[in-house]
Amino acid sequence: MKKIVACLLAGTMMSGAALANDSVMSLQSNPNDWVLQTGDYANTRYSKLSQINRDNVGDLQVAWSFSTGVLRGHEGGPLVVGDIMYVHTPFPNKVYALDLNADGRIIWKYEPKQDPDVIPVMCCDTVNRGPAYANGMIFLHQADTTVVALDAKTGAVKWSVVNGDPSKGETNTATVLPVKDKVLVGISGGEFGVQSHMTAYDMETGEQVWRAYSMGPDDQILFDPENTMELGKPVGADSSLKTWEGDQWKIGGGATWGWYSYDPELDLVYYGTGNPSTWNPAQRPGDNKWSMTIMARDPDDGMAKWVYQMTPHDEWDYDGVNEMILTDQEFDGEMRPLLTHFDRNGLGYTLDRETGELLVAEKFDPVVNWTTGVDMDPNSENYGRPEVVAQYSTEQNGEDVNSTGICPAALGTKDQQPAAYSPKTELFYVPTNHVCMDYEPFRVSYTAGQPYVGATLAMYPAPNSHGGMGNFIAWDNINGEIVWSLPEEFSVWSGALATAGDVVFYGTLEGYLKAVDATSGEELYRFKTPSGIIGNVMTYSHRGKQYVAVYSGIGGWAGIGLAAGLVNPNDGLGAVGGYAGLSSYTALGGQLTVFALPD
Amino acid sequence: MKPISHALSAGLALVLATGAAIAQENEVDNITAAYEEGGKYFTEDDVPTFNVKEDGTVDWYTFSGFRRYHAECHVCHGPDGEGSSYAPALKDSAIDMDYYDFVYVVVEGRKVVDAADNQVMPAFGLNKNVMCYLDDIYIYLKARGADAIPRGRPPSKDPKSDRFTEDENSCMG
Repeated sequence: MKKIVACLLAGTMMSGAALANDSVMSLQSNPNDWVLQTGDYANTRYSKLSQINRDNVGDLQVAWSFSTGVLRGHEGGPLVVGDIMYVHTPFPNKVYALDLNADGRIIWKYEPKQDPDVIPVMCCDTVNRGPAYANGMIFLHQADTTVVALDAKTGAVKWSVVNGDPSKGETNTATVLPVKDKVLVGISGGEFGVQSHMTAYDMETGEQVWRAYSMGPDDQILFDPENTMELGKPVGADSSLKTWEGDQWKIGGGATWGWYSYDPELDLVYYGTGNPSTWNPAQRPGDNKWSMTIMARDPDDGMAKWVYQMTPHDEWDYDGVNEMILTDQEFDGEMRPLLTHFDRNGLGYTLDRETGELLVAEKFDPVVNWTTGVDMDPNSENYGRPEVVAQYSTEQNGEDVNSTGICPAALGTKDQQPAAYSPKTELFYVPTNHVCMDYEPFRVSYTAGQPYVGATLAMYPAPNSHGGMGNFIAWDNINGEIVWSLPEEFSVWSGALATAGDVVFYGTLEGYLKAVDATSGEELYRFKTPSGIIGNVMTYSHRGKQYVAVYSGIGGWAGIGLAAGLVNPNDGLGAVGGYAGLSSYTALGGQLTVFALPD
Repeated sequence: MKPISHALSAGLALVLATGAAIAQENEVDNITAAYEEGGKYFTEDDVPTFNVKEDGTVDWYTFSGFRRYHAECHVCHGPDGEGSSYAPALKDSAIDMDYYDFVYVVVEGRKVVDAADNQVMPAFGLNKNVMCYLDDIYIYLKARGADAIPRGRPPSKDPKSDRFTEDENSCMG
């Protein structure tokens, strides 16, 4: 603790900005700890630990377990800092500090009092993707949008600030990103017409420093018309307002509920924005910028350096919020700072994260059919735009028309469940959904704090495939190719972990923790935990022994959409049975399971 | 709001009536359509209900309810009224609950918050996307609960009636 206090003092006395993220920087490079939900700033979810490896992972055993006392969907994962593990829950967003020196005995517990009225305003269960650690504090963004800083040793609240208004549909499910002397937080509410934003709070005081909206006038979105670039060109004045009709942007969505990454060398934070509101595209003509956009911003003042809109004028609810994974790799014979992103829209993007140049945009599930691909010609007027297939365009087919057979479904080829990257194999390990849909948009009216959806969806496993609803794939981000693909009966809704032991871990909705060979994908180990896994696998080391940990606790969108199974309406009238329901495999229950090799 | 308050007091009477009639042979039939007005079907007790033809064609209200359910309700209650990991299957609620109780819960909401549960149904009373189509949603769910229609989108439907369009326009504004 001494080191951190000294660092804090120094940070306060000096500029602070450069030093205050040192705690995260040093801890994330220590493989014994797991200090951010994403493992590191680059969101690689890679660990240098190799005690558990491809030769011995088959011997893995449960070392200990812990019930969280909460039933609903458990996303995110535990943190480990030194001798303490931090375990969080969905609403009511409890945090436990567990003593790794005493078999996980509870050191402190934090349980906020939140108005239960926030529960139904949260889309798709009451999940929370967990806190983050920096400077001796645990930062948590609660369901009701309260952001709290807790003393990591005692659980005492050091400051607390309110980021949004749940009565208008503003809630939170995401983690936070501690960067330099700030804590960055997003917001949910894309299905409630929230004009969403990214906000930075002072790490020591909780005071708001900047807020960048996803849509609106330039001074609200923190764009510089001359210096904010898209695909190599300045965006120009009013780049967002010009792409909306009337005041629709004020209820325009663009939620920021995904993951956030940071490059300390370029000093840029990266995140994606969600769908424009409503789901009925006819009610919002235009490109609806900057929904569905990859943003690169300066963490000090929030100004956007570059942006790229992946799905202009969304017609399918393909939120662009998934993680941006930062790697340094050779591309066309040259080392490049890359950003790799697996979008809900089914395209795997590779960009230069310094300039925002688009390098690769390829389908990471062959069934994706709403687009024939992205125009990669820099001289084309449609450069960077996906070519939309008319048959699957809910805009072109119009209101009150049911567009059928669209792949992927609204939950995307991949949702928030984060992928992992191994620098040893240079492969990305991606949990995916293999689900298609029918989509019928219709007129909808806006009431503050009430759902603002405007479409009916039917989802079903991808037709003419293996019949399952998911795949776990290895992806080559340089060539834009699937290297191997493991079929899964259900969507893979668990975040992956890659390790220096050449093992990749992920969980399944039935509740299995699986370990596969990082090179071949061969399954090496599985264990059925008490409930379905929608949490993210992590690893840490304590007293010289490596552990792997994951939450069970079925829920989230998977628990809603798949509980009773899916049927394909195109199978024809009277098709019986449909597909297996998740409810025949698993039931509610939050639990942490920790694995280790036998002594 | 008038029809609902009227409906609520009628509901009270119905509760009293059914209470006495429980387990008797001439129990109130809450399913079978007795008459039709402007494409909408009612039981003999004037409770909205569905009508499915032999070839599977559904009345417009059942279809409209299918659409609105999958926009407003399914994000918690799952596809086809089947329920989710935490929210009840409304296809069963539409059968088990009296129409007027069903309407009351949608308008007012409901909370079960304790050590085991964090179940909160919001009050939809001010939400036009729900209130203007509440009978439609109820009718659809009842058709699902009675196994009168399979899961998924009804393959064919009666045309939209003039009465439906008039009601929709005046309600949605």
